[in-house]
Amino acid sequence: MSKEIKILLIIVAVFLAAYLIPFGRSGVQNALLEAFALLQEYARQHVLLCLIPAFFIAGAITVFIRQEAVVKYLGPKSNKPLAYGIASVSGTILAVCSCTVLPLFAGIYTRGAGIGPATAFLYSGPAINVLAIILTAKVLGLKIGLARALGAIAFSVVIGLLMQLLFGKKDARERNENDFASGAPSDLSRPLWKTGLYFAVMIGILVFMNWGKSDTTLGLWYSIYQAKWFVSAGLWVILMGMLLRWFRRDEIKEWVFSTWVFAKQIFPLLFAGVFVAGLLLGRPGHEALIPNAWIAKLVGGNSIWANLFASVSGALMYFATLTEVPILQGLLGSGMGQGPALALLLAGPALSLPSMIVIRRMMGTKKALVYITLVVVMSTVTGILFGWLF
Amino acid sequence: MEIKILGPGCPRCHEVEKRTMNALAELNIAADVEKVSDIKKIMDYKIMGTPGLVVNGKVKSAGRIPSLEDIKRFIQEEV
Repeated sequence: MSKEIKILLIIVAVFLAAYLIPFGRSGVQNALLEAFALLQEYARQHVLLCLIPAFFIAGAITVFIRQEAVVKYLGPKSNKPLAYGIASVSGTILAVCSCTVLPLFAGIYTRGAGIGPATAFLYSGPAINVLAIILTAKVLGLKIGLARALGAIAFSVVIGLLMQLLFGKKDARERNENDFASGAPSDLSRPLWKTGLYFAVMIGILVFMNWGKSDTTLGLWYSIYQAKWFVSAGLWVILMGMLLRWFRRDEIKEWVFSTWVFAKQIFPLLFAGVFVAGLLLGRPGHEALIPNAWIAKLVGGNSIWANLFASVSGALMYFATLTEVPILQGLLGSGMGQGPALALLLAGPALSLPSMIVIRRMMGTKKALVYITLVVVMSTVTGILFGWLF
Repeated sequence: MEIKILGPGCPRCHEVEKRTMNALAELNIAADVEKVSDIKKIMDYKIMGTPGLVVNGKVKSAGRIPSLEDIKRFIQEEV
């Protein structure tokens, strides 16, 4: 489609929206207010202290972690049990940019450790996205954030093993026994412990700056809350020291650049997602275009149907990075149960209708269907368990 | 000289392409630069991550955005 035609279509669409949308109706006005109110809440509460540090951490991961070192564990000569463990967690490290998941999966599948670890990685990549886990924990609560992270890791191992069990032997394709081509290694002048400490301090800063108030004024949690700014400030000083002494100027420039690429890519999508979530679902405790009664009926409580519905819709819907968080916030506020919420978190980011099509092209219809079914079923079951326990 | 940039089309791959053009301009070397976006073709190069940079058929970098200096070095190695 030519560029001029695209511009014309956009103009026509905006005109039709401006003409036809009943802005006079109070329901529409309310929904718009909710959309902006939610946007403001995110801007005020989550951007400065949570998102921006998280982007810097994501940028640091892409620049400072030796991907080649991790990837060696997923090659053809790897120790198989170790490969599963690495594949399930490495989604955090290897797939910070969502576009790298599919090529990496293809590589592990055809030339690497086989369909088991490859599928484990295919699931964990989008599911253990470090930015998404951080924002989930901050906005939706530590409980569900932790459940999401642990669930994703567990899922990827289980799904990988099951796929290997079902398809491993039939997969008699000739495997190229050479390791991957990785080109010239990047200059690594820093020992592992320094990199580890650097990440620990950044994560510490993120955690302490966002330490929430507890309900009681006694106990360790509250004492930490009272001291959180001191601790954060101390960690900041340590971080500045590290940056001055351990890092070259050009490395810091690459880090900032990498962070900026993420921010450029994700911020607009996140804000659009927040706006749509506010428009359709409203803030927790408020109603917008979609009546709360519908949400409660479809995904309220903890029935099998609610969890299954959440799981399947999550699998089909496409979520741009991080947008699942405001959407889930809106759904939970409108009456969705905790169980179905977790089910959606586990099935949503990992799959979408477009991604299913690509997966089918790479794995073949039978394997793809099994994979998708596994994800949906396990998400449903885990959702039910979580909803029942909490 | 033949340069291929491997990537499914995300901003990181564009950045590699941009830096490659800058490197070629600074070194005043002419080369055929091609962007490979098809996943099957990318897999043929056996790389483990995108973006990937291939000069004259040899994989010079994979899974990261190489610096301008790195890219200039890769090109000069193949002159």
